[in-house]
Amino acid sequence: MAAPEPEAPSTARPRAKDRSPWNWLLFIPIVVPLIPAFFNGDSPRLFGFPRFYWLQLAWIILGVGTTTLVYQMTKKRGDQ
Amino acid sequence: MWRDHLTEIIIFTLLFLLVSAMGFVAARWRAPRDMAHLDEWGLGGRSFGGWITWFLVGGDLYTAYTFVAVPALIFGAGAAGFFAVPYTIVIYPMVFLVLCRLWSVSHRHGFVTPADFVRSRFDSPILALLVAITGIVATMPYIALQLVGIEAVLKTMGVTGESALARHLPIIIAFAILAAYTYQSGLRAPALIAFVKDSLIYLVILVAVIWLPYKLGGWGGIFDAADAKFQATPAPNDGILLNGNNQLQYVTLAFGSALALFLYPHSITGVLASRSRDVIKRNMSALPAYSLLLGLIALLGYMAIAAKVTPLPGAKAGSVDTNTIVPRLFDAQFPSWFAGIAYAAIGIGALVPAAIMSIAAANLFTRNIYKEYVKRDATPAQEANVSKIASLVVKVGAVACIVFLDPQFSIDLQLIGAVIILQTLPAVALGLYTRWFHRGALIAGWAAGMAMGMWMLYQVGNPATGKKHFAGSAFPLSEFGFDTKKTIYVGIVAVLVNLAVAALLTLALRAAKVTDGADATTPDDYFADEGDPRVTPGPERGAEPAPEPVA
Repeated sequence: MAAPEPEAPSTARPRAKDRSPWNWLLFIPIVVPLIPAFFNGDSPRLFGFPRFYWLQLAWIILGVGTTTLVYQMTKKRGDQ
Repeated sequence: MWRDHLTEIIIFTLLFLLVSAMGFVAARWRAPRDMAHLDEWGLGGRSFGGWITWFLVGGDLYTAYTFVAVPALIFGAGAAGFFAVPYTIVIYPMVFLVLCRLWSVSHRHGFVTPADFVRSRFDSPILALLVAITGIVATMPYIALQLVGIEAVLKTMGVTGESALARHLPIIIAFAILAAYTYQSGLRAPALIAFVKDSLIYLVILVAVIWLPYKLGGWGGIFDAADAKFQATPAPNDGILLNGNNQLQYVTLAFGSALALFLYPHSITGVLASRSRDVIKRNMSALPAYSLLLGLIALLGYMAIAAKVTPLPGAKAGSVDTNTIVPRLFDAQFPSWFAGIAYAAIGIGALVPAAIMSIAAANLFTRNIYKEYVKRDATPAQEANVSKIASLVVKVGAVACIVFLDPQFSIDLQLIGAVIILQTLPAVALGLYTRWFHRGALIAGWAAGMAMGMWMLYQVGNPATGKKHFAGSAFPLSEFGFDTKKTIYVGIVAVLVNLAVAALLTLALRAAKVTDGADATTPDDYFADEGDPRVTPGPERGAEPAPEPVA
């Protein structure tokens, strides 16, 4: 966490803008879970779960992984 | 009979009283120097760190009604009800950047509601008023639905009566207590209670998804039992997989619901209460833990099928109340002390979102109606006071909805609510990125989207229940003249119409050189972070927030 700096606001301080090529990765967990062709089937089953259920639950990991990666890669430098 | 459920009732009541006490104590938790400010009462001092935000927003978005209605949907229709899982996955990457911008600009300008932002950005009190009213109207039935969640539990415990008043007395008492501590502690109350609520829910669900499959012959057996049930019904669109006709509906419903979720005032309240951009970004990665929970809860619907649980009868003769399916499952499969804990989890689960929603609706009223049209020079203390009273009114309204109207009416209204809140997307969400739209065009787009949405919802009937209008959000494409049985989510079509009208009219108004007001925000405002001072300095505020662990 950066300690709040007493100096003048906004104009002088460089800000972490949200323009980064890493952000494009965020489209993956938005698009992939919305394609029924991937998950709309019964086989293979995993622990008794049809593919429809285990694969959609697995997209959670995809979402978490992507947002975590993007967050780490776009974090402000020199923050410690 | 309630005597058979005495253990459950005692445990439910004890846990309920515990969180009520916490709600009152919350006023002193992380206490500010001066509570008489809307930032303190309505946004918890804008100081919540990673953990608190995670519990607060999680407890806010994944409501008791969700936990009751999603498994009920799976129980009744199968795979189509599982849309809640992709819906709560795609939402977080989608709003990852958007909410940071909203937080920053609100931090710089002291905005409390999305309508505050729209007012400054587009210099249009009318557009802000529309956004505020849309938010309040969409939120009210959502609060009423939390009561439906509690009622499903009470009904299963046999706490019910002959007259309407006797039947609703426990809920009226519960909401009176909730109203009292929300009045006193503001957003700090649900933030503190959310810890208890979510811990209980995680505990209950973990036990349920390990114990129930073991008892019911494994996951494979559970899915096979559900499959057999759906095979036997004549309904064309149920089953444990989607068919060719409901895939489009499934995907557009998931996507449209995700677009709508963070436009709801209560979600934005939760986000604005966080301390920094960092807290929001880390939460976007951590909140999907709740989606896993929701997915497992959804599957309780199939476990109910495998366990041959039957729902209790509904309000009308011959109907069934499928919302009682999860409480009935716990009642049948678990010892009563554990069922009592599960019921308490659902009951308390209703209190957290109900409190946040009423605070959000009250803030909208105070900032965008009272301060704008009634008392322009209201002091922060007066604002906080009006908001506190408005939150009481909102709760009385929600209780009245449930007591005097058919609960089905609230369910229908909530369906409409999601469609109408989506119509604030161009002004609020796109407005965070671009000032291109003309304010007049945004108003026209909003009106067109609303009209389209209402017309489409009116057309949707359900032959199974005999309802002709407002029976669902799956709009048959054949109504548009396509030769198909496919259906699509109403909200998506309505918001596309909204966007098209807003874009075309913007071009027209620009060509006609109609004045477009000034933008009170600067590009730099959208990247402001913790520690940056406000543009318009407010009164001196109670300094440093207490340190706390970060997620």
